[in-house]
Amino acid sequence: MMLRAFSFIKTPRGFYRRSYGVITGHQHTSLNQDGSLYPSHIPTNSVQKALLAVGSGVAALLNPYRHDMVAVLGEATGHMALIRLRDRMRNDPEGYTILTERPRIRLSTLDLTRMCALPEGTLGREYLRFLEKNKVTPDTRADVKFVDDQELAYVMQRYREVHDLLHTLLGMPTNMLGEVAVKWFEAAQTGLPMCVLGATLGPLRLSVSRLQMLVQSLGPWALRNGRHGRCVLSIFYEHRWEQNLDDLRKELNIESPPLHLFPSKNTSSNSFIKQ
Amino acid sequence: MAASIRTLALRTFCDSTRNIQHVSRSRVKHSCCPAWVTVCRGYSDGTEGKSTHFGFETVPEEEKAERVYKVFESVAGKYDVMNDAMSLGIHRLWKDSLLHVMNPQPGLRLLDTAGGTGDISFRFLEYTRSMHERQQRQKARSSQTPSWRDLADHYATNQTGLPPSRAVVCDINKEMLKVGKQRAEKAGISTGLSWVVGDAEELPFDDDQFDIYTIAFGIRNVTHIEQVLQEAVRVLKPGGRFLCLEFSKVSNPVLARLYDAYSFQMIPVLGEVIAGDWKSYQYLVESIRKFPDQETFKEMIEDAGFFCVQYFNLTGGIVSIHSGFKL
Repeated sequence: MMLRAFSFIKTPRGFYRRSYGVITGHQHTSLNQDGSLYPSHIPTNSVQKALLAVGSGVAALLNPYRHDMVAVLGEATGHMALIRLRDRMRNDPEGYTILTERPRIRLSTLDLTRMCALPEGTLGREYLRFLEKNKVTPDTRADVKFVDDQELAYVMQRYREVHDLLHTLLGMPTNMLGEVAVKWFEAAQTGLPMCVLGATLGPLRLSVSRLQMLVQSLGPWALRNGRHGRCVLSIFYEHRWEQNLDDLRKELNIESPPLHLFPSKNTSSNSFIKQ
Repeated sequence: MAASIRTLALRTFCDSTRNIQHVSRSRVKHSCCPAWVTVCRGYSDGTEGKSTHFGFETVPEEEKAERVYKVFESVAGKYDVMNDAMSLGIHRLWKDSLLHVMNPQPGLRLLDTAGGTGDISFRFLEYTRSMHERQQRQKARSSQTPSWRDLADHYATNQTGLPPSRAVVCDINKEMLKVGKQRAEKAGISTGLSWVVGDAEELPFDDDQFDIYTIAFGIRNVTHIEQVLQEAVRVLKPGGRFLCLEFSKVSNPVLARLYDAYSFQMIPVLGEVIAGDWKSYQYLVESIRKFPDQETFKEMIEDAGFFCVQYFNLTGGIVSIHSGFKL
């Protein structure tokens, strides 16, 4: 059964279907000559996956700037967690829409001028501000290579692309402490082994004061919200740019961050710890 | 000059036989008396449809060179590290064996085709220099109390310095040569080494130039092995030696099984983890399987016009050194 991504194609900026290289709206599983299910797919057997998991883990620990190794580790170890995530998305009506339409968050699909013009405190405006301040773009996420199922590969890709939005939602910057807090949230929500590993090893690199902040307030907050919050992958962010950030947080059952980590103006800024 | 006359004759011959719509520039220039007829006949049989292998994939011939270029461009930075990781350092022993088989005397000219990062050339220069030093020492030891005439001669020969052993590293890929140059600078080798960009199927050298021609782990990546062999015959001096170090067929079935398992399971994983490039190393192990075995390759070398062709298997046939002489 082939379903087409109608509504997404009609966005003002257009939609480059082929150029993303991974998974677009087509649902039929066509096997290529070498057994690959999607353009960036490299079929691997379990021995190779095990070797990849070990190798990429070691490489990522030795050189934490090798984001591609972290990505490979996630793919090689995340099969069960991805299945759980996918089932959770299927049970949520909005998540089900995402699984059928398979939108991708890329700079080429975002209407930047419109988003800039949005009022303060909206998801779109705060997301753009986050991208500018931390000098990141959603296009630097590596393509999924080692997941042997088209739909699960899309779930993995969606998880990667939602990561930046998660920073915005949780109000965490991209420094080490912010990243660890987001990892704790993700570990509690998704259960991906790579997130759990990152959550356990990340705090080792923090200074004592930051570790204290993490353990006393940020950490429990992140874990709590990860467990009780709605699945963040099930939110169709592309339709919600105009929504107010605080409203979105209430809808997702996420409390505002207890500590103010952004140095500049923020609608949910708190300079004191909330109980 | 001989080459240009042959080129002209080849062109007129080809034009007069059939319609050749698409013949790339490099092929027209190729010539070598025994094979030019067969080469031309091959072209006139549907040049557009010719395809070759790129690993286990089938690609049009024109595309293969470009894809191989891209592979080596992307692996150049980590090439030496990956060699050590994949072969567990044994590739150094293989290259040392090549030098021992070669046993070069000081003062020879070497052409290291597909020389890339310069491993063979560095070893060649080191070998000839240490051999030269050893010869000097032996000479000094044999002369007891030298007369003034002997001393004068001795000073004269010393002033000329090292005999000119020269190595030319030729590779089609600029990235690999760049890495090689950096290595040479780091090792402090400045004299006797030159770096040339060139296609092994169409070398930018005159005839009868070199004493030794080597191609180490490069010949399985070319599109036309026969043309590379023809070019080798052309640029070697009479009496020159052709040496090829390449992956080959393992005869022992147990070792073959282990080798295959290691190649297809471990090596692409190592490529992904160390170099971030699975596909290039998948191509590498597949291209090894596509290369002809020891006997077939020996026949190809003999067909090109080399004599006394022999091969030496290393590590159970995983790697093999083929040697031939131009007479």
